[in-house]
Amino acid sequence: MPDVINADGTIRQDNWVVVPRPEEGESLAIPSDQPALIPADLWLAGYEHFAGNDQIGVWFDSHDEPEIIADRVNELPLIGVNFPRFVDGRGYSIARLLRERFGYRNELRAIGDVLLDQLQFMKRCGFDSYALRPDKDINHAATCLNFFSQGYQAATDTDLPLFRRRAG
Amino acid sequence: MYVYDEHDRQMAAERVAQFRDQTRRALAGELSEEEFLPLRLQNGLYVQRHAPMLRICVPYGMLRSDQLRRLARITRDYDKGYAHFTTRQNVQLNWPALEDVPDILADLAEVEMHANQTSGNCIRNTTTDQFSGVQADEIADPRPYCEIIRQWSTFHPEFAFLPRKFKVAVNASEKTDRAAIRIHDIGLQMVRNDAGELGFRVHVGGGLGRTPMVGPVIRDFLPELDLLTYLEAVLRVYNRYGRRDNKFKARIKILVKALTPEGFAEKVEAEWAHIKDSPTRLTPDAIERMKGFFTEPPYEALENAMDLLARQRFENRGFDQWLSHNVDVHKKPGYAIVTLTLKKTGTPPGDVTDQQLEQIADLADEYSFGEVRVTHHQNVVLADVRQDRLLELWETITPMGFGTANLNTLTDIICCPGGDYCALANAKSIPVAEAIQRRFDDLDYLYDLGNIDLNISGCMNACGHHHVGNIGVLGVDKKGEEFYQVSLGGSSHHDADIGKILGPSFAREDMPEVIAKIIDVYVDQRTEEEEFLDTYRRIGIKPFKERVYA
Ligand code: HEM
Ligand code: SF4
Repeated sequence: MPDVINADGTIRQDNWVVVPRPEEGESLAIPSDQPALIPADLWLAGYEHFAGNDQIGVWFDSHDEPEIIADRVNELPLIGVNFPRFVDGRGYSIARLLRERFGYRNELRAIGDVLLDQLQFMKRCGFDSYALRPDKDINHAATCLNFFSQGYQAATDTDLPLFRRRAG
Repeated sequence: MYVYDEHDRQMAAERVAQFRDQTRRALAGELSEEEFLPLRLQNGLYVQRHAPMLRICVPYGMLRSDQLRRLARITRDYDKGYAHFTTRQNVQLNWPALEDVPDILADLAEVEMHANQTSGNCIRNTTTDQFSGVQADEIADPRPYCEIIRQWSTFHPEFAFLPRKFKVAVNASEKTDRAAIRIHDIGLQMVRNDAGELGFRVHVGGGLGRTPMVGPVIRDFLPELDLLTYLEAVLRVYNRYGRRDNKFKARIKILVKALTPEGFAEKVEAEWAHIKDSPTRLTPDAIERMKGFFTEPPYEALENAMDLLARQRFENRGFDQWLSHNVDVHKKPGYAIVTLTLKKTGTPPGDVTDQQLEQIADLADEYSFGEVRVTHHQNVVLADVRQDRLLELWETITPMGFGTANLNTLTDIICCPGGDYCALANAKSIPVAEAIQRRFDDLDYLYDLGNIDLNISGCMNACGHHHVGNIGVLGVDKKGEEFYQVSLGGSSHHDADIGKILGPSFAREDMPEVIAKIIDVYVDQRTEEEEFLDTYRRIGIKPFKERVYA
């Protein structure tokens, strides 16, 4: 089973698979024996069928709009946000919207081109698990998550920007 | 000036440790060149024609004397003993070695400096008017707000991988604009509303480069407490919807244009409605606290030294010229604002040696409460000089090369490093600046010509702001040879405008003559009170074209 990184840098095994968007004319290839993340719009389209299934979660690509499931986020056990290339920063905004605007409380996972030096930003934006690209050294993740002991801004991880902490 | 507390110091140290680790992994081959690129850029490190280039941040242009001395030492220890002041109020080193950069950053952190976010697709150094806090007509001192923006944007977790770089500038006077806010991604003009409350008029989508644009207004009044939440809304809309498929269409200006300013403003307002009252909303307390760092220095109660200065000017023509051009009015009686020009003919605009950096530090300590400001015109300002010491200061700086009395004239050229340093250049720019300075070496003639912005860039990236020069010069490549295209009528001030191209480009050796012909048209056609730009706006480009291509 592949490893995923937890927000505290520890590593655990996990068997969720990411089901790619099917080509024209093909249907979703959901495995029968493993929990699966499917494209969020397809989950919504098949809502009658998928609702309540705790083996099904959704994933968003970086250009997708998380607004489409705004009022249903907590029905999902796991949401993935894809970073097609690590320099595509849209996933950070998607994560904050899911957490801060739509109130998503379950697990939020970074998938795709996930590298070590971006983990700290992902964590601050509300991701709490990370599927590191397999060629990267997973044992260095804890170090990279913890270079900074604090930040200047409020984000998903804190309601207290430094200017408010300084006042206290 | 802002002083770090334990939080700032801790984060600065953590940043150095992080970059040390990243550099180690890059050198060990654990990070590919592509993966390391944005990490090093966000620590100021470019890889250039001759060597890496390190861009050190000077937040909104403010430097203390101990920081100048540290910069001098760094240029000696790690570089070739000189540095370059940039058009965004920063400092660049041209020859550091990659493996030394973590040590340089550690040396900088000791004096509360860094190179964070000076390159890369993130929020860059916030810039402002170099006369902040000492000019009589500003709405309020913009520097506390610049520092608030600096802290908010530093290591912002959501906006470290934007479609493209992002620059914010703040201007505080309603009569002048020395910060060129309308050619920034966000330009903030401080204003007071009818109720007398402080806020900002928000321009978005200005910028130079390949598609130059003047930023339209998307909000007439933003209350000061809402500054950060509104910026966050603008950035979020840009981060989500800015183009990422084409580097040349990725700046926010392209998005603003595509959506129209009204359409863009609507999206921002809709986003802002959600986060307006979030914890990011500033508090009066936070602003007051920040203002506490930008208090007045211990000025003495003085009278204006009119009689003394009149006598000194009468006796010394060089001093008289310098006083008229390089010295500005201060809000406090008895004080003056002095601009040290880094535009001596034969020296690349903005370049200083390690020794000169130390001289500037000494001047700051002796004459100006230990602080200086860097200008986007690549000069350095002593903001608080006693009027009765101006003559002494002038005599001191003249042999140092800082007394060239050409501020705001044709030879106070903004010039990018160009082909001498920059791998992206189509053509050299420094030798063109020098040839023009040599051709126009008569100060009286320059004064007669009045204020003229002449800006030179070595390629379309427009680091030298050529589009907004009254006269702009752009290096172009014609079948492998260096040529120069000229544009007229640009402005970076309140009346910001993009210059119009005059016509076919010229060889380098013809450039001084071309500029001379353009100037001749102005001299022939101007009325008594007209500056170059006024005449151009009245008569249009045609007479210039006819003379230059005759
Ligand atoms: C020597 C290495 C340098 C390189 C490789 C470089 C590269 C670039 C590039 C690629 C752009 C265009 C960005 C865009 O279109 O979005 C740019 C813009 C700019 N650069 Fe540089 N630059 C260098 C040095 C400098 C220096 C020394 C200055 C100051 C004198 C400077 C000031 C600027 C400014 C003000 C802009 C942009 C204006 C705008 O588009 O809003 N750069 N630079
Ligand atoms: S304008 Fe072009 S040549 Fe000049 S520094 Fe910028 S990228 Fe280099």
